[in-house]
Amino acid sequence: MSESNHPVDLKSSIRTCIMVFAVVFIATASMIAVSFSHVGGWPLKVALILAIAVVNAFFVAGYLMHLLSEKKLVYTVLAFTVFFFIGLMGLTVWATNDFPTGTLNH
Amino acid sequence: MDIPYTVQVRPDTGLYNAKVGIWLFLASEMMLFGGLFSAYILLRVGTPPGEWPHGWLDVRFGAFNTMLLALSAITTLLAWVACKVGDFRKFKFFHACTLILALSFLCVKMYEYHDKWIHYEIELKDGRIADGHLVSRTSDEVVIEGRYVTDKKDLYDLRAQKNLPHDEIRIAPSDIVKMQNYGPWHNTFTAIYFTLTGLHALHILGGCCVIGYLWGPGSKMWKTDHERFTNRVEVSGLFWHFVDLVWIFLFPVLYLT
Amino acid sequence: MQATVQEFPPYREGEAHAHEAHGHHEQPFFTKYIFSTDHKVIGLQYGFVSLCFMLFGLFLMLMMRWQIAHPGVPVPLFGPLLEKVLGQPAAGGAISADLYNSFGAMHGTIMVFLGVVPLAFAAFGNYVVPLMIGAPDMAFPRINMASFHAFFLGGLVMLVSFFIPGGAAQAGWTSYSPLATTIPTDGQAFWLVGMVLLITSSLLGAVNFIATIIQLRAPGMTWMRLPFFVWAQFVTAFLLLLAFPPLEAAGFMQLMDNVAGTSFFLPTGLAIGGHMANVSGGGSPLLWQHLFWFLGHPEVYVLILPAMGIVCEVIANNTRKPIWGYKSLVYSTLVIGLLSFIVWAHHMYMTGMGQKIATFFQATTMIISIPSVIILTCLFLSLWGASIRFNTPMMFALGFLPMFGIGGLTGLPLGLAATDLYLHDTYYIIAHFHYVVAPGTIFALFAGIYFWFPKITGRKLNEFWGRVHFWCSFIFMNVVFLPMFTQGAKGMLRRMSNGGANYSAAQVHNAIDTLPGSVMEMNTWILWGAVALGLAQIPFIINLFWSIKHGEPVESDNPWGATTLDWQTPTPPPHGNFATEPHVVRGPYEYNAPGHEGSFLPQSDPAVTPTPHAH
Repeated sequence: MSESNHPVDLKSSIRTCIMVFAVVFIATASMIAVSFSHVGGWPLKVALILAIAVVNAFFVAGYLMHLLSEKKLVYTVLAFTVFFFIGLMGLTVWATNDFPTGTLNH
Repeated sequence: MDIPYTVQVRPDTGLYNAKVGIWLFLASEMMLFGGLFSAYILLRVGTPPGEWPHGWLDVRFGAFNTMLLALSAITTLLAWVACKVGDFRKFKFFHACTLILALSFLCVKMYEYHDKWIHYEIELKDGRIADGHLVSRTSDEVVIEGRYVTDKKDLYDLRAQKNLPHDEIRIAPSDIVKMQNYGPWHNTFTAIYFTLTGLHALHILGGCCVIGYLWGPGSKMWKTDHERFTNRVEVSGLFWHFVDLVWIFLFPVLYLT
Repeated sequence: MQATVQEFPPYREGEAHAHEAHGHHEQPFFTKYIFSTDHKVIGLQYGFVSLCFMLFGLFLMLMMRWQIAHPGVPVPLFGPLLEKVLGQPAAGGAISADLYNSFGAMHGTIMVFLGVVPLAFAAFGNYVVPLMIGAPDMAFPRINMASFHAFFLGGLVMLVSFFIPGGAAQAGWTSYSPLATTIPTDGQAFWLVGMVLLITSSLLGAVNFIATIIQLRAPGMTWMRLPFFVWAQFVTAFLLLLAFPPLEAAGFMQLMDNVAGTSFFLPTGLAIGGHMANVSGGGSPLLWQHLFWFLGHPEVYVLILPAMGIVCEVIANNTRKPIWGYKSLVYSTLVIGLLSFIVWAHHMYMTGMGQKIATFFQATTMIISIPSVIILTCLFLSLWGASIRFNTPMMFALGFLPMFGIGGLTGLPLGLAATDLYLHDTYYIIAHFHYVVAPGTIFALFAGIYFWFPKITGRKLNEFWGRVHFWCSFIFMNVVFLPMFTQGAKGMLRRMSNGGANYSAAQVHNAIDTLPGSVMEMNTWILWGAVALGLAQIPFIINLFWSIKHGEPVESDNPWGATTLDWQTPTPPPHGNFATEPHVVRGPYEYNAPGHEGSFLPQSDPAVTPTPHAH
């Protein structure tokens, strides 16, 4: 017996799936709307679009991958991965943007 | 010799082996696409202002592909649920849908790639640039459907420009300085676009092979060890969901920003 | 410390599986030796192939050292062979500059990715880890087999690259762009394809190791009862799992630069040979460096952690007392694993980084030296009050300690940005990292070979020739690498095919800070040290093959009197490893436990329960 923590049945799974599909549809539509709108400069637009994408991903991962009900071990592995992912992105971008622009006295 | 916890879960972790394995593999895939996304960020940030393309990709195709993939993720989950409740025919139905949706995604992608492949930027001797889709190319003349620009910068932001001309342009080969299509070599945007979506498409193909195997010859295991088979469906489903997750970020990053 | 036995359902019933219902007693040759899924066979496959690659890497090094000491002079003995096999680059039997560069790049690549990592992680790990945790095999035997074949294929691609027009990769083992894309040889593309195959092999292996250690520990084998070697392999596997993929991504991108004309790493305005390069530009050479070193730094911990694990096992066994500070060792290893991901840019201090980011990486680099020192200290302290048995594995393990000490300490001026600006890309760096890997890791690997040989073959390696191997290797390693610290501090740069002659006082007159004659002379000393080091491996190779059939047979399954589960199996362990499922009742290093007869208590011996004692 593999998964014994919650019983699996087709009807409730279909309901969950419809909910996730609706979320994906709405998220996609919102991102497109933000992208074509004139809310502000590109940085704000990009931040907003990525935020919607993260929410979208949360639903797909949480419900379709059952991440919301996963075991501690999986959470631990993913937590470290996310930490290193952020390290890779963040430190590389910081390193590219931090460089000397002049000598000591000028 | 039997390896323990292939089907039964190990009490202290609550997981069977393949589930541990697939999450570890997905963690490494997160770092793989992370490397590519960090390349995207660095390349974009390093581009002089106004020279990063906008609007080169058709949002309609991207959005349609997003919904195709989301639907396939759902059918993948339902295929696993069908296995759990013992309904083999529903499993076959749902995963057949998954495969059809995936192949449709790849077809749309191929069309998009083709569109870029036949899109040419032609530098002319008089300093103008002709830009458009190739109609025909012979030794006497090159015919494209597009427009002329005088400044290369006008080619980058298609979102800001409305109602672009789409005329037939005939060019004599002797007037051409350089003729290059919008392949990966064209600029860093196309390079990272083809690489990111290409690697993603390879993952879709790989996923299709695995799911196709489980749908076809591999489904024999349903009769001999249906729990182990269900686990295989679950594990391959997790991979498929991850591939969908990557696209959930690829689409906005490449098409919308 | 009363330990509880985990309540697990038995995963197998019954007795020895000599003739189970599986029906395969005698497997055909191909299934048994080439396409085996048995972790022990795979471990030996990795071991044999990686040792061959290490020998080849040694040969490349000897060719280079000759050229450094005698620039332009045909290589004795091997010159004609090189010319015959490689043609123009080895014209007249001398090593041309391009050939030197390709030997340098491939020596590094082969030693790291085809030699040390497969031996330390894949070979020892595959053979020993399932035995040590009481498992019948790895969690995914077929993936294990795939991992070996990917490794083999990757190695083949690397070897083949020597024979293509233009020769093998020549841009260093670090393959920096734009050089790596502009060198007119396909060898760079071969290198990248080989690397993708090797990375795939490592990823498959890493998944297997982690899943096995988490899921297949025998009942009673709690995390804090694991032998330290298993902890070391566990953290190493995580490093491989999460650090390699960005390099794989970068490898794809550089491959596309090479064959598809993209400009991921090629900057705008690139000129080659006086002409503007026909590429789109807009790329970033620094991006390659970041992605490479994101792996590159965890990679060095991949090189050292399994070695520390082996040394710990050998020391515990030959001091006949528990390791000092087991918990410190474990926590230090975990901290090293975590921190190793955020120190990488200390390899890039010379790229024009700003002060803030340089300080960040300097700080994390300094901090990561602390757990490394803790580990070395625990190993040193384990010797205090011990009854040391000076057999060959112990000699190598003891030799490891000061050598790794030197290697580690000489890393400190490299971690500090201010001093690294001077020392970067000099021979000081070469000395530092070779001390850690060569008399460091490789000594530990030798210790492991001498230690586990009896379990694999039922015979011991010859003790006398083992000591000859040890003393000669120890002395000549130091003859080769110690002078390099001086050379580097004097300013001798890396990767100079004529040994720095262009910058020597003999050739450059009336200039300050040229390389003095004393420093140039060291090249000759180093050459003879290297030759002697190479010759010192011959008794080892002969010993290895001879002892398989003619070595002194061991009288028991546990000739070293070891506590860990790998020594509680038959010799050699059969398919499935354990006759009955082991039940672990105590920690890994119960040597000379007070109140008990005998000098050790095996981890799984249920007949005797230890009296609780303070740790």
